[in-house]
Amino acid sequence: MKRIACVIVACVMIVALAAFSASCARNDTVENLEADYTGLEGTSLYVMNWGEYISDGSEGSLDVVKAFEKATGIKVTYDDSTPSNEAMYAKLKSGAVSVDVVIPSDYMIQRMIKEDMLQKIDTSKISNYKYIMDEYKGLYYDTANEYSVPYNVGMVGVIYNKTMVEGTPDSWDLLWDAKYTNNILNFSNPRDAFATAQFLLGQDVNNTDKALWDAAGEKLKEQSPILQGRVMDEVFNKMEGGNAAVAPYYAGDYLLMKSINDDLEFFYPKEGTNIFVDAMCIPKSAKNYDAALMFINFMLENEVALANAEYLCYASPHSGVVNNPDYSFKGNEILYPDEAHKPKTQYFYDIDPEIRSYYEKLWEEIVR
Amino acid sequence: MKRSTNVFLNAPYAVWSAIFVVVPLLIVVVYAFTDAEGSFSTDSIVALWEYRDNFQKSILYSLVATVITLIIAYPFAYALSKTSEKTQRIQMMLVMLPMWMNLLIRTYSWMNILDHNGILNQLLTTVNLRPASFLGAAAAGDLLPSMPLALKPATFLGTPGAVIFGMVYNYLPYMILPIYTVMAKMDGSLVEAARDLGCNGFNVWRRLILPLSMPGVISGITMVFVPSVSTFYISQKLGNGKIMLIGDTIERQMQTLNNYNLGAALSLVLMVMILVSMFIMNRFADSSGEGGIVV
Repeated sequence: MKRIACVIVACVMIVALAAFSASCARNDTVENLEADYTGLEGTSLYVMNWGEYISDGSEGSLDVVKAFEKATGIKVTYDDSTPSNEAMYAKLKSGAVSVDVVIPSDYMIQRMIKEDMLQKIDTSKISNYKYIMDEYKGLYYDTANEYSVPYNVGMVGVIYNKTMVEGTPDSWDLLWDAKYTNNILNFSNPRDAFATAQFLLGQDVNNTDKALWDAAGEKLKEQSPILQGRVMDEVFNKMEGGNAAVAPYYAGDYLLMKSINDDLEFFYPKEGTNIFVDAMCIPKSAKNYDAALMFINFMLENEVALANAEYLCYASPHSGVVNNPDYSFKGNEILYPDEAHKPKTQYFYDIDPEIRSYYEKLWEEIVR
Repeated sequence: MKRSTNVFLNAPYAVWSAIFVVVPLLIVVVYAFTDAEGSFSTDSIVALWEYRDNFQKSILYSLVATVITLIIAYPFAYALSKTSEKTQRIQMMLVMLPMWMNLLIRTYSWMNILDHNGILNQLLTTVNLRPASFLGAAAAGDLLPSMPLALKPATFLGTPGAVIFGMVYNYLPYMILPIYTVMAKMDGSLVEAARDLGCNGFNVWRRLILPLSMPGVISGITMVFVPSVSTFYISQKLGNGKIMLIGDTIERQMQTLNNYNLGAALSLVLMVMILVSMFIMNRFADSSGEGGIVV
């Protein structure tokens, strides 16, 4: 009797597995490739990226990595286990892995260029580089466009639940409003959290004056008693489920939350906010430079860049995406605000190590 | 002859522990006593003093969690050992059942249950019970004037109570298992003999069952206390990022600050603390006439 039951269970599991893999028939072909992707068949490529930061074939989207392998015959090792720029930096610095393509944020690219960890990228070999819009060229971290190719652009704003918040707020001081005690979230990442206070105080987020950092730290301490929590990814659950009223987060992620909870609203604070660019780079440790160029070029293919922009909901620096009539966020007022609605923005620069350890120390006092 | 056989049998584990236990421990020690450039330095050790509150809080929380698990597990294990073999099998499976799921998933689920608009608060609202706060929570000044009544929540997440609850929930099986094992092995005729000789119920427990079950209790205490004191995931998720235990501090030093030296020094203190407490526990077990424990 027992044996029969076992056999039945096993059969059911096999059928379920088969059905599951059949339903996962992947979308992994790009129809109209513009560049030539031949010549490197059989080689391998190591790509390091953030989790859920590329169109991966879920929900019928394009599986970019699979499509690249299919188009080029290159075997890709795709590593998305690294949680932060700092952890990625540590991995590359330790030399434990040799990575061909990484996608760090602007300030980290600045630091890696300073520490001679990146190779120059020969953009003449990246035919699709022409799609990168001029406003994302020559940015502070790579003024001559030698080391990086922009992938995504994002800005931080404030998300709030309109059933829980009165009126239409427009300032960072919403995060300090005692009316919403225990319903306010802030970042658990020190640099982002400090920035919320710095913008409110009208400071430069890259200042090197310890007294100003002290003031921002005081402001954060003042916020602690009314704070529900300090979060990063947990913000999705909390805002979507109506567990908190106010949270600062990235504009692209707001659009994802909005699609689940329609009560959520968003604004760019009038005092200004943080803007960031994540860009593709080739580390010094790269073993397959040509394949890395090919991968970057592939990411800039119209169809691929569109798939990524749709999947990620971040703003794209790619003119082929932004002007594509089929792009569902074309002209979206949050991702692509017009001149009149563009918020004041500041980039985070790679900060002086002494100031960094100073504010990290302050942070420990705040969260303790 | 016998000796050489033993060496032979031990070899695989000896090699394993040399590579994966001893060497990493030595690396931790080396990092703790060097600076970023790799030269000898006691800076990290000196800096530890600043983290004393952090250590105190971790120890306090895990002690409370350990006591609670003991109070829950001991009577349960005793009662269970008295039931029929079939019941014992089923009950043990039920105890183990949650552990088939990943700890991260279980903790994340509790986040959704305990959150402001979580399942528990919704339940309490339906039955018209809204406790203002949960063990040391911020007062219930968190009621928004414009909020629908149904949304006025009790605060669970982000309180010490939630973190301790998470520890108890996750590590309870580690307390039940060793205690149950010694209880089940206990010879029932000893109890009968004690009764025959005129011992009353309480004395049977105090002078017979308690000493005999001590190895299991000590094993259980160690197996709950050690993971509790070093946890970081539970405090991060159920503490809502507001409660930083020593595990969180170590994780932060390693993952975001790239300060391996201080991270190693903190870990070293944690390890020494655990070793000392295990040593004391073992002595305690010896003096009560029972064998030491294996963790």
